[in-house]
Amino acid sequence: MTFGRLISHSMRSIFRNRIRSLLTSLGIIIGVGSVIVMVGVGQGSQAQISKQIASMGTNLIMVFPPRGDRNGPRQANRLSEADVTKLRAESSYLSAISGEVRDTFKVVGGSGYWSTTVYGVEPDYLVIKQWGMKSGYFFTDKDLASRNKVAVLGATVVKKLFGDADPVGQSVRIGTTPFTVTGVLTSKGSNAMGDDQDDAVMVPLDTALTRLEQSRYINTIEMSAVRQDLMDQAQTEVEQILRESHRLSAGADADFEVMNQSEIIKTASQTSKTLTTLLAAIAGVSLLVGGIGIMNIMLVSVTERTREIGIRMSVGAHKRDILLQFLSESIILSLLGGVIGIILAIVVCSLLGSIGNVPTVIKPGIIAASAGFAAAVGIFFGYYPARKAANLYPIDALRYE
Amino acid sequence: MAMIEMRGIMRHYDVGEVVVKAIRGLDLSVGLGEFVAVMGPSGSGKSTLMNILGCLDKPTQGSYVLDGLETSTADSDEFADIRNAKIGFVFQGFNLLARTTALENVELPLFYGRHLSRKEQTERAKKALTDVGLGDRFMHTSSQLSGGQQQRVAIARAMVNDPAFILADEPTGNLDSEMTLEVMSLFQELNDRGKTIVMVTHEPEVANFTRRIIIMRDGSLVSDQPVRDRGSAAADLAAWKEQHSLLAGMKGAAS
Repeated sequence: MTFGRLISHSMRSIFRNRIRSLLTSLGIIIGVGSVIVMVGVGQGSQAQISKQIASMGTNLIMVFPPRGDRNGPRQANRLSEADVTKLRAESSYLSAISGEVRDTFKVVGGSGYWSTTVYGVEPDYLVIKQWGMKSGYFFTDKDLASRNKVAVLGATVVKKLFGDADPVGQSVRIGTTPFTVTGVLTSKGSNAMGDDQDDAVMVPLDTALTRLEQSRYINTIEMSAVRQDLMDQAQTEVEQILRESHRLSAGADADFEVMNQSEIIKTASQTSKTLTTLLAAIAGVSLLVGGIGIMNIMLVSVTERTREIGIRMSVGAHKRDILLQFLSESIILSLLGGVIGIILAIVVCSLLGSIGNVPTVIKPGIIAASAGFAAAVGIFFGYYPARKAANLYPIDALRYE
Repeated sequence: MAMIEMRGIMRHYDVGEVVVKAIRGLDLSVGLGEFVAVMGPSGSGKSTLMNILGCLDKPTQGSYVLDGLETSTADSDEFADIRNAKIGFVFQGFNLLARTTALENVELPLFYGRHLSRKEQTERAKKALTDVGLGDRFMHTSSQLSGGQQQRVAIARAMVNDPAFILADEPTGNLDSEMTLEVMSLFQELNDRGKTIVMVTHEPEVANFTRRIIIMRDGSLVSDQPVRDRGSAAADLAAWKEQHSLLAGMKGAAS
């Protein structure tokens, strides 16, 4: 029997039992479909997290006060503007640097009030965070030096206080101090933790320290390294400069913490990679169950078609012909299931994207892999029933009622 | 030269503690162009003989030469090739593939045999069907055909590969008188054209259409006689039809 006829015979007997064929393939359809959807969702969220972390800034390095032991006493924050000045003067790997102090205030202006986070930052902040201006301008070094009471509003704050009106030139009161609005930030959306980054007001760092906080210490220092491949050197250098600045002896614990963006991305994508693998494994189990379903139906089919096998043998079919016929039927069934599963997965993923707002990524590799796996399931679970059919004794098969 | 040459055939079945001797030393020779009926009560071993003749089963002992080919040394693939090329089977229960057209059923032996092009296969299958008078039923499935027509499809399938002989196992067992006559006249026609036929039957009137009757009992041949008053199934069929149309006419006139 030639290959073409083998396939056409198998197709004929598959289409002769449409409903049963569909039910047989259903396990594979669901298995392949769910593997692709699960991996698609996993990789989609991975890509989204990476994108969100990337949106935190360019080649970002951050310095925080020490987190300390969960149970022990919290170490004092010693980060100050002096550290920022020293870093700016001595580092060779940093392209932008800004101190940051933040606190929650009630902001009054326009038609009402709104409780929001007020950030005291420096002009470089905009570069580090890759943020842009929607209208007006961001405050300058001059505003910093003069401790001008100027403020830049985030999109959410503008919406809450001024609605659709442009607030540039208007006055707002932060706590008890009046500020003049010089600009509005472009909308950035939520960050990786789901916080609304537009719910913010920016004021000059020095203004914040003197007018709002009455403190010497700052919460964070944010920096951009010159190039991505210099991140590690930049981080080491930052640590050195700060140790000097804080006059720490060689063996002493640092009273600050440095983190860089690639570490955060690595940690976050590690988590979602684990999640993806887990989801794929669960879906893979359903593929396996689908395979067992195929074996089950093929075994029933061999019993049911014993007479047909006998007839085929009586007119000259070799064992091999019978084996190949049943094997090709199960392979075609699982491949068809695979193709339907892939199509279904693509439809589900695009629905998830458009209706559920869940980002998904379908890579060609996963489609090829699941199609290959479906075929392998067909061969693996089809072989036993096919061999059983091929080993039937012609007389017994012909007599079978 | 003999088409079938059996010498000292024995077939024993090992059923646990007892050994069933289905055939106990059988010699049989069937020449080219013969039409043989095998008769005998059930349990006489005629089914076993059929299986061995059809290369579906091997004798425990003895030699079986089919068309000059010694079969006792063949393996299962060679057996399959012999069945495909040398033997045309006709069964009591027709044994057609369900939900499959007459044409596809007749093409089946060609799938497994010599490599003919798709077109040649269809041509040959169509010719075989036309030869048995089903030239207008190519696309009918078994369920759309009468018993007689199904058996004729089976005969076309048996003939399509131009086998050395036709082996028929109670071919009329499931058919009424008219269909029986139809099928038997077809067999006689094939035999008149030179085809060798071996047929198992338990109906004496059917056996009477053959040329030689063999009777088996307890695994051995007990009688081997030529048919003296050989009937013509075609003539009987014509007479039967005439009688029935007469009867129908009388009924029509009476009402």
